[in-house]
Amino acid sequence: MDKTPNQKAWFLVLPVLVLVAFSAVVPLMTVVNYSVQDTFGDNEFFWAGLEWFEEMLGSDRLWNALGRQVMFSAIVLAIQVPLGIFIALNMPKKGFWASVCLVLMSLPLLIPFNVVGTIWQIFGRVDIGLLGHTLAVLGLDYNYTSDAFDAWATIIVMDVWHWTSLIALLCYAGLQSIPQAYYQAAKIDQASRWKVFRYIELPKMRGVLLIAVLLRFMDSFMIYTEPFVVTGGGPGNATTFLSIDLVKMAVGQFDLGPAAAFSIMYFLVILLVSWVFYTVMTNIDKEEVR
Amino acid sequence: MARITLSNLAHSYFADPKGEADFALKQMDHVWEDGGAYALLGSSGCGKTTLLNIISGLVRPSQGRVLFGDRDVTDAATSDRNIAQVFQFPVVYDTMTVRDNLAFPLRNRGMDPAYVASRVAQIARMIGMEAELGRKARGLTADAKQKISLGRGMVREDVNAILFDEPLTVIDPHMKWELRTQLKSLHREFGHTMIYVTHDQTEALTFADRVVVMYDGRVVQTGTPQDLFDTPEHTFVGYFIGSPGMNLLEAAVEGNRATVAGVSLPLGAAYGTPRGHVQIGIRPEFVSLTAAEGLPVTIRRIEDVGRHRIVRADFNGTEINAVVEEGTTLSPDMTRLVFAPERIGVYADDWRVSPQGRQPGRAA
Repeated sequence: MDKTPNQKAWFLVLPVLVLVAFSAVVPLMTVVNYSVQDTFGDNEFFWAGLEWFEEMLGSDRLWNALGRQVMFSAIVLAIQVPLGIFIALNMPKKGFWASVCLVLMSLPLLIPFNVVGTIWQIFGRVDIGLLGHTLAVLGLDYNYTSDAFDAWATIIVMDVWHWTSLIALLCYAGLQSIPQAYYQAAKIDQASRWKVFRYIELPKMRGVLLIAVLLRFMDSFMIYTEPFVVTGGGPGNATTFLSIDLVKMAVGQFDLGPAAAFSIMYFLVILLVSWVFYTVMTNIDKEEVR
Repeated sequence: MARITLSNLAHSYFADPKGEADFALKQMDHVWEDGGAYALLGSSGCGKTTLLNIISGLVRPSQGRVLFGDRDVTDAATSDRNIAQVFQFPVVYDTMTVRDNLAFPLRNRGMDPAYVASRVAQIARMIGMEAELGRKARGLTADAKQKISLGRGMVREDVNAILFDEPLTVIDPHMKWELRTQLKSLHREFGHTMIYVTHDQTEALTFADRVVVMYDGRVVQTGTPQDLFDTPEHTFVGYFIGSPGMNLLEAAVEGNRATVAGVSLPLGAAYGTPRGHVQIGIRPEFVSLTAAEGLPVTIRRIEDVGRHRIVRADFNGTEINAVVEEGTTLSPDMTRLVFAPERIGVYADDWRVSPQGRQPGRAA
């Protein structure tokens, strides 16, 4: 069969190019544009080069927010991943209760982020909140609006409540795909419960776990709505994570230049960490095959 | 090692079985002698795997007892029974090396590392995977994985029995033959009780000393391959064993004569007057073609399968097969079939009728 060269086919790619241009490239370039210019109003812009980047890298503000952000993601992952696996292992495998569990587990995932924030904001209030008031009655000195530790605890518990289900459900799906014969063989081989987990369940969950951890890392690293609603970044700057700080800078202070430089660095950090994470995981995979 | 006794055993997967049809295994008594090489043969869904899982303790029977020697193990966990079992589809521990896979059952039982190493080497040689010992099991072919599964099944020397659940389904034909031979020599060497589930009669007949045939949740016959060929106790054994299987014809039997669609045939012995649904059965090997006497048939086709020819004939809508040895001349006028009288079996309601009018002998 003869193939006729026909370059017109390239036009078929056009819709995608236009779509990507307007959804990603153009907005990103706008931010890049702001990050290298300065203005004194009147829509007049002056070339600033890398000044904003230098300023942001030299300021404690960015580094502190980044530190808080990293700590938040680390704590949240350290709790949610083991807890999610544990829940998945203990969920009923079939029958009526399996469906009940699945529905209950999915519920937190279906609630809009700002509603989650509002729920916990009210829940934790010392005067009227069920949690806050109960703790106060029990004699605990709990107040998330004035105590940094309490604010952190509230936000972490809230995030665990909101997102552990995601990991649990993904792991549950991974576990369900393990053929019964594996468990039977393990019984025949007299493997302990731990060995069944270590050599059968964990390797089979690996793929979904990789996705779960990646999703949870990115989401927790970009968290904004819930802490904004609950603490507004306070008390002081205690819960001011990267995105909250960014909004303060861009919308509150209207410092477009520094905020744009901040955004780009924020974006690069997430991109870098996700890439490193993904590469490491897939490389471990390849080595195992060898 | 011990004799395995199934006493009054039955199993249903329903919580509240209503009638016999709800039982995957009908009530049975069966003894697996210590050191026997058994094949458990039957079509898919007849309860072979259920029976195996009951022996290994993966399934608890709805009723009856399982005994190893004199010990009642019905409620004992799989780990207390010291049984090895190989499944139909390969089960390997992906993240372990081939060596660790083979060593796994031994290490779990706290065996001495030196013993584990020598035993693993021995098994690796047997399954032909010495070169791959250091490799991760992930990424191996299905063949290789199943060989590892087999190896794990055979690695423990002190097991009460080794159960094979159609272990060679995924293995290519040449390797199949080789592994079967290995299993056979392993049996001769160590004398483990082996139960080998299959629906492939060649596999069953080459592996086992004794073949147990199951049909519809029941053991219908236990015997040597020769027994199954010569005197099938049930029509299922008749047509399941043999290639092609036994010919079965509706008949009326009176003493030592059978009448098939108006044609009277001599039988090898007297059978009285069997009641119920009466059939006569004759293996194709004992049917011959003639021109003059016997059942008039229409010859449908003749298949040359190498060592012999199979004649497919039609008698009033019932297919009758005959095996004609190499060198026999066939001519177009040979359209009648003659059965060797002493080879004809009589069946009432699918069970074999013993000569001299004795009651149907149900195999245990």
